Amino acid sequence: MAGNVVVFIDQFKGEAQPASWEALSVGRKLADENGGSLAALVFGQGVEGLAQTAIHYGADQALLADDASLADYRAEAYADLVAKLAQEHEAEIILFSTTTRGRELAGMAAIDLNSGVLVDVIELTRAGDKLAATRPIYAGKLLAKVEGGAKPQIATLRVRAFGKPELDESRSGEIVTVEAGPEAPTKVTGYVDAEGSVSLGDAGIIVSGGRGTSNNSDLEPPADITDENEQEIWRAQQGFALIGDLAEVLGGAVGASRAAVDAGYVPYAHQVGQTGKVVAPDLYIACGISGAIQHLAGMRTSKVIVAINKDPDAPIFKLARFGVVGDLYDIVPALTAAFKEKLDK
Amino acid sequence: MKIAVFVKLVPDSAATFTVDNGQPNWGDAPLVINPWDEYAVEAALALTEEHGGEVVAVSLGGENAKEALKHALAMGSSEAVLVSDDALAGLDAAGAARVMAAVVQKIGDVDLAVFGKSSIDSDHGMSSAMVARVLGWPSLSLVAAVQSAGDTITVERSMEEGRQVVESPLPATMSVVKDFGEPRYPSFMGIRKASKAEIPLWSLSDLGIEVPTAAVTRSEIMAPPKREVTNEIIKGGSPEEIAATLADKIIAEGVL
Ligand SMILES: Cc1cc2nc3c(=O)[nH]c(=O)nc-3n(C[C@H](O)[C@H](O)[C@H](O)COP(=O)(O)OP(=O)(O)OC[C@H]3O[C@@H](n4cnc5c(N)ncnc54)[C@H](O)[C@@H]3O)c2cc1C
Ligand SMILES: Nc1ncnc2c1ncn2[C@@H]1O[C@H](COP(=O)(O)O)[C@@H](O)[C@H]1O
Repeated sequence: MAGNVVVFIDQFKGEAQPASWEALSVGRKLADENGGSLAALVFGQGVEGLAQTAIHYGADQALLADDASLADYRAEAYADLVAKLAQEHEAEIILFSTTTRGRELAGMAAIDLNSGVLVDVIELTRAGDKLAATRPIYAGKLLAKVEGGAKPQIATLRVRAFGKPELDESRSGEIVTVEAGPEAPTKVTGYVDAEGSVSLGDAGIIVSGGRGTSNNSDLEPPADITDENEQEIWRAQQGFALIGDLAEVLGGAVGASRAAVDAGYVPYAHQVGQTGKVVAPDLYIACGISGAIQHLAGMRTSKVIVAINKDPDAPIFKLARFGVVGDLYDIVPALTAAFKEKLDK
Repeated sequence: MKIAVFVKLVPDSAATFTVDNGQPNWGDAPLVINPWDEYAVEAALALTEEHGGEVVAVSLGGENAKEALKHALAMGSSEAVLVSDDALAGLDAAGAARVMAAVVQKIGDVDLAVFGKSSIDSDHGMSSAMVARVLGWPSLSLVAAVQSAGDTITVERSMEEGRQVVESPLPATMSVVKDFGEPRYPSFMGIRKASKAEIPLWSLSDLGIEVPTAAVTRSEIMAPPKREVTNEIIKGGSPEEIAATLADKIIAEGVL
């Protein structure tokens, strides 16, 4: 049937990336415009609940492959299923979120199905029988309009770019069980949580620290830290602890500049910017970050930007809705206390 | 191990952009090797240092893409190949991947094709997965560390939730992330060697492939909408007073 849309539901250990529901609601709209049906692809083990949730978020059908061989994400096993089901379902459009798995699977589907990908789009509309999209290029320094031609048309949607979908628990739909594909050549032997998980991509609030966190000469590192680098890292970590407190009160995540990451203050998983994560939270609070172009590229589309910096000429202030010229060691803890009181926490 | 590593020439990350006749213009900012691809070259070199073998650097682009290849040679790659063809200009990511896969095949006996995480110009982040699919090889994306390599390879892949340890047969493709470790600087000897290197140039017909048709086309490039921000500097009083005012104003924006 014309206009069928399938959406990949990205999950890890039974927990869906919230962006999957955003993609589903975009899929709903595209399917409705052309009288097509909307199917959610749910792969994993013990993920029947997600299939049900997908229906509540708007899917007519959930195609559920629930199998031990799919418990761990493996690109080949998942990609084989995406291609097979998209064909069986006569999908005209396949949507993914721009997550690590979504990007990989979209690329694979494009090759398998002889099509292309509209990558990391922030706007998506139908233009006749083509999809027309807007996407950031050069780290968001420019925007490009792109169009898909070949069928099926495949797109990955930037996380948080399409607004929150509505959950309707009264919706009903069909859960169709499908078989897992042939055995994949790779084996997942375990997980290492070397750096813990930092979910910056879908955070609504981010508090970030930069090199300024190490600038607090009043703080005396413990006597057993004698190495100068180690002392600097120790100082900065006191600053990041304050930043973490503020993030916690606000229910947000902790970000960092590359300078802070390169100096070893925090792991790379926190880095925001052109060579870190590109984020677009509702609130971004930059503490002791100058606002180099590569940093701005990663956070410039945040809704409200707040800058706390000692230097009144720091470029970050140009983007900031609110700024405080001052020492983050004074302002950040005071701000945490103020929010605690005002938000009644 | 024989490793092919893909490196792209891109405008420097510090460049600012304007749109000029529908084309991106980065002023006098230099073109450099894609920063992510330095990690890819580092990974390729580290693997061959440990397990023996050679590294062939590959770039698709114009004559100037040789600069990216020279960087890869100066870091220690053994050989370089430039793929240049007028037809490349019209390719989309999937088309470019088909060309890259053909390069891997022409080089021959490649155990591992290594990519950067993404190009900082087009920002697709898909070449590694796409090339894998064209070749029918496993795709190891976003590799932060290689635990062991031999007949098979075991890597740590970074995902939103942490690192996944994956064992895969070879040949395979992989993309490399920053956690792999700082790329080495080109050595003096390396720079000398690179400046003298003869870099062969392959066209699509040398690769024996047709020009892939583009499934995705770009119709327009524009500057992002200007951000209209009213800057307001909060000042006056103690940190506590400033913080209280700031907290009120943030709450009033309705973003919490
Ligand atoms: C290829 C490439 C890619 C890059 N990618 C990224 C990227 O992804 N992300 C990124 O962030 N950068 C990136 N950079 C680096 C970028 O150019 C800057 O070097 C970096 O962002 C600077 O970090 P910073 O603002 O923390 O440090 P600085 O520029 O040193 O700024 C520190 C700021 O802290 C202020 N300060 C000092 N003490 C205090 C205090 N006690 N209280 C309050 N303020 C204080 C200072 O006034 C200053 O403005 C990249 C660079 C290159 C070349
Ligand atoms: N034109 C090119 N020449 C060489 N390598 C490329 C080219 N385009 C992409 N790549 C490789 O593919 C990776 C991912 O690029 P992309 O999928 O375009 O974001 C890059 O980091 C490079 O390793």
